[in-house]
Amino acid sequence: MNTLATTAFSTALSTPASTAGAPAAAALLVLVLLPAVVGATLAWTRPGRRSANTASLATAAIALGLSVWAAVARPAVSVPFMADADFGMRVDGLAALVAPVVSAVTLLVLIFAVGDIKESQGRFHGLMLLFASSVSLTVTATTLPILLMAWEVMGATSYALIGFRWQEQHRMSAGLTAFLTTRAGDLGLYLAAGAALAGGSGLALSDLSAADDPWRQVAAAGIVVAALGKAAQLPFSFWLSRAMAGPSAVSALLHSAAMVAMGGYLLLRVQPLLATTPGVATATAWLGVASAVVLGVVALAQTDLKQLLAASTAAQLGFVVLAAGVGAVAGGAAHLVAHAATKALLFLAAGAWLTALGTKRLEALAGVAGRWPVVGWSATLGAVALAGIPPLSLWATKDAVLAAAAEHSVWLYAAGLAASVISGGYAGRIVVVIWRGERGADPAGSAAHLDEEEPGTRVVGWWQQAPTLVLAVGAVGLGVLALPPLAARLASDLGQPDEQVSAAGLVVGGALSLAALLAVMRWPVPRPGWALDWLGLERAAHATLVQPTMRLAAVLARFDDAVFDRAVERIAHATMAAGAWSARFDLRRVDAAVEAVAARTRALGRVARRPQTGQLHQYYLQSVAVLAVGLVLLLTVR
Amino acid sequence: MLSLIVFLPLAAAVVLLTLPRLSDAAARWAWVVAASVDLALVLVAWARYNAPAPGQLALEEQTRWIPGVDSRYHLGVDGLSLPLVVMTAVLFLACAVYALRERNRPRLQAVLFLFLQSVSLGLFTSADLILFFVFFDLSIVGMYFVIAGWGHGDAARSALKFFLYTFLGSLALLAGFIGLYVGADPHTFDILQLTAHPPLADHPVTGALVLGAILLGLAVKTPTVPFHTWLPPAHTDAPAIGSAILAGVLLKMGTYGFVRIGMPLLPDAWRAWAWVIVAVGVVSVLYGALVALAQDNLKRMIAYTSVNHMGYIVLAVGVAGVIAPDTAQARSVAVTGAVTQMVSHGLVTGALFLLAGVMQDRAGTYDMRNYGGLAAPAPRMAWLFAVGAFASLGLPALSGFIAEFQVFTGSIAAAPVTAVALLGILITAALFLRALQRIFTGDTIGASRGFTDLHPSETWSVGLLLVLSLVIGLLPRTLLYLIEPAGRAAITLVGR
Repeated sequence: MNTLATTAFSTALSTPASTAGAPAAAALLVLVLLPAVVGATLAWTRPGRRSANTASLATAAIALGLSVWAAVARPAVSVPFMADADFGMRVDGLAALVAPVVSAVTLLVLIFAVGDIKESQGRFHGLMLLFASSVSLTVTATTLPILLMAWEVMGATSYALIGFRWQEQHRMSAGLTAFLTTRAGDLGLYLAAGAALAGGSGLALSDLSAADDPWRQVAAAGIVVAALGKAAQLPFSFWLSRAMAGPSAVSALLHSAAMVAMGGYLLLRVQPLLATTPGVATATAWLGVASAVVLGVVALAQTDLKQLLAASTAAQLGFVVLAAGVGAVAGGAAHLVAHAATKALLFLAAGAWLTALGTKRLEALAGVAGRWPVVGWSATLGAVALAGIPPLSLWATKDAVLAAAAEHSVWLYAAGLAASVISGGYAGRIVVVIWRGERGADPAGSAAHLDEEEPGTRVVGWWQQAPTLVLAVGAVGLGVLALPPLAARLASDLGQPDEQVSAAGLVVGGALSLAALLAVMRWPVPRPGWALDWLGLERAAHATLVQPTMRLAAVLARFDDAVFDRAVERIAHATMAAGAWSARFDLRRVDAAVEAVAARTRALGRVARRPQTGQLHQYYLQSVAVLAVGLVLLLTVR
Repeated sequence: MLSLIVFLPLAAAVVLLTLPRLSDAAARWAWVVAASVDLALVLVAWARYNAPAPGQLALEEQTRWIPGVDSRYHLGVDGLSLPLVVMTAVLFLACAVYALRERNRPRLQAVLFLFLQSVSLGLFTSADLILFFVFFDLSIVGMYFVIAGWGHGDAARSALKFFLYTFLGSLALLAGFIGLYVGADPHTFDILQLTAHPPLADHPVTGALVLGAILLGLAVKTPTVPFHTWLPPAHTDAPAIGSAILAGVLLKMGTYGFVRIGMPLLPDAWRAWAWVIVAVGVVSVLYGALVALAQDNLKRMIAYTSVNHMGYIVLAVGVAGVIAPDTAQARSVAVTGAVTQMVSHGLVTGALFLLAGVMQDRAGTYDMRNYGGLAAPAPRMAWLFAVGAFASLGLPALSGFIAEFQVFTGSIAAAPVTAVALLGILITAALFLRALQRIFTGDTIGASRGFTDLHPSETWSVGLLLVLSLVIGLLPRTLLYLIEPAGRAAITLVGR
């Protein structure tokens, strides 16, 4: 097996080159491989509840340990994969910040799921671990194909997890919408790969900025489109609304802390490329801030807690996208991780209440915080952090982004501030609802919504409560990443200039958010009806893209049968007809001619037989006649 | 070595046919053993394989055959053909395992498939045009009997349509081969000699016509739009393993012909035809995907996705002839992707057709409207179908991605307009997920009720194919180290 073994397997499995020694590199590989293998096994073998839960938590805990190790040791792995692109993973400053946070949130969400997921635990935890593996790969990928690999596997697990309760068609449709919408964006990554090859830069993410124009612009635009799709930014945002059909634990991990966040993460990762394509970067910044504002308004309009949180996730990621556009990598990264903790916390709270009460409708959740105080207080801290109230986390991280935006354009800053105020509004609304219910809500009407989605258990167990406490600590404290002295260290670790947080900006932002929060507590929130169904973007996509495609498909299918296939059938029939005609011709003309010749010959034969009488005197007479004729001929012809 | 690999299945077939009083069970297992031994031999050949120089073949065998026209019995493999040889041996083994539950004349079926295996392996190892043609036509004959003898529905008609259509295509191919022979100096049918001295280099019009005939013949077999309409009825009425071989192996004979014969033997004409080939590829990608999207019959749907998948290959080999400065590397990536796609499509579509066969076996219908919630009674089938569907729609970590990523990056870099074909992977995703949803999810209704989940022979055969797809998806070097040098060589040859 010389060639096979040496060339293929040894290159694929040999200990990779690493800057941090083989053990750390191995840890990085295991970080990706272990959850994938355990996850696939759990999904396929369908073990019992207890073993599924145990295996899942143990794996997630090990993965957390490995990611911390990798964050400290900063290993790199690179083995040949396909032409021009290695299977490359590296833990740099950005990955070292994000990977442990995502691993920690994963573990906490899985702990929550132990108490919350009541059926098919093997499939659930298996898919979640597969997802965790693909996130770790996304965070550390150094080349486009590897990034795309992890990226689309995230999308596939998201599809399967949204449709976790596959008996209900609407959940499967929601998963399909999510997968197709994000994959439409992913086409940008394929395009970017082609552009990178054409532009001569190779497929390593860090080399893309070396591509020739105009390929560099194409590559940047392609990556931005893919990132906007995953991050549920405008105009792709509608898929995230549908994704809320998945279990709450899935929403907490995939649709806030990890997968959606990876859209923003990718833009931070390729910020050097954006820096060399100012047009694309500016467009990115504006798309981000537009999403932050518009989807913030969408969040204000919602009547369902998970829908509100989903819209707010897209809006908050708008700040990360803005950060990438204006080059505030450290601020964007800090916002990303702080938001991950905050939003995972709020989604878990929503999930705990949904399981207990059977509803996630806001008016039915009046006063839930008092009923289950641990989750209630954690969620309150999360909501206040989301509102951007000092000194909680998102206040500082958001300002780090806005400060960089202000240097770019004052309008960008103003729009960002507006988005910040709006987030104070919708987050404040959560606080109001969960403590005392919104003004004017009808208690009898709200009670009618109980158990409308599923029969509630009226219980919030310890498995569900404990993770929210830990996440609350993150929601409160992670803002330190954007404040001195840590901010400077983070910036240098990311290879960025120290982004000065402006004291004035912090004060202005904090005051505005606080004012918004207080206003919401005092007066009813404006709830623009036009934003309730997420601006009708899904209907628009259906009307302009999906339905025409389906109609075209149906027309082409009929065309295929009626034209292409019919043409072949016609040729066949024409051949048969030609055959039949030839057969008739053969019978009536060719064969008839032969028969006619035979008949004439037969008739001649009959005539020739007539003289053969057998009478000797007649033969003499015939001889005389013949001789006479011969004589006459001889005499006349001469 | 190669002769043994090619003719071992045929010898086994003869033994099976002549042994008197062989029980059905023994015949079924004998087939599995023969296919396993042949696969083992193929792996040994792989181990002994060393990449040949460009324009050469490894593990060559040749002897006089028809000296009057300088046609030789000449076998050999390189990076284009060895992957297909391995894939063929694997797929036939999977079919043998799947057929362990066959009740309808299993001995005769085993004989027929062993014959087909010899023919298929022979085609991929042929280094002589006449030999290639003989195997090409025998494959049509064998598949005709498979569909007509073991099919269902309107099998006789579909089989006849398949036979006549592809046979007609093979005549065009033969005309092209004769053109090559006449144009070569000295006259020969040997592919290596023709590669070394491309015929008709000084006669561009004749060369283009000869390539046109060859392309027509291969386009029918592949099939590309608009020569594809024999495919859906043939698949719909063929038995499961017949469909798997038809899609997995027989279609590759067309695409393999492009890279083995069309590109290296008529490089000038290939470059002249390049944009036509690219256009046919792009149309096949989009048209195949859209028509598949509109189907209600699962097998017809998968058949049309084959048109789509073959379109990627045609697109990539077309791009190979679009010569522009600094694109040689991109074009070789595209050709590498095309060959990878041949292997990947064989594994994945083979698996999907085997799973579709389970539906015919249990419920007698492929109509997706008759199913719903099948995941409840058949969870294993649901998982395997889901993996197969995702592999077919090009999900990374599975083989389809490795193929399509290279096809697209190479093609877009060399001919940016081909980016429009990217829509194909979006539509394919839509149609497979829709099928998954319609058949497997929701309330368990109609034909899904009382559906028996996969038997071990079905799980193992399908699982084997999908695991290999996963291996290629995760460790693509195991395959690409074979294909990449051949892809580069093909680009050099077409650039002459």
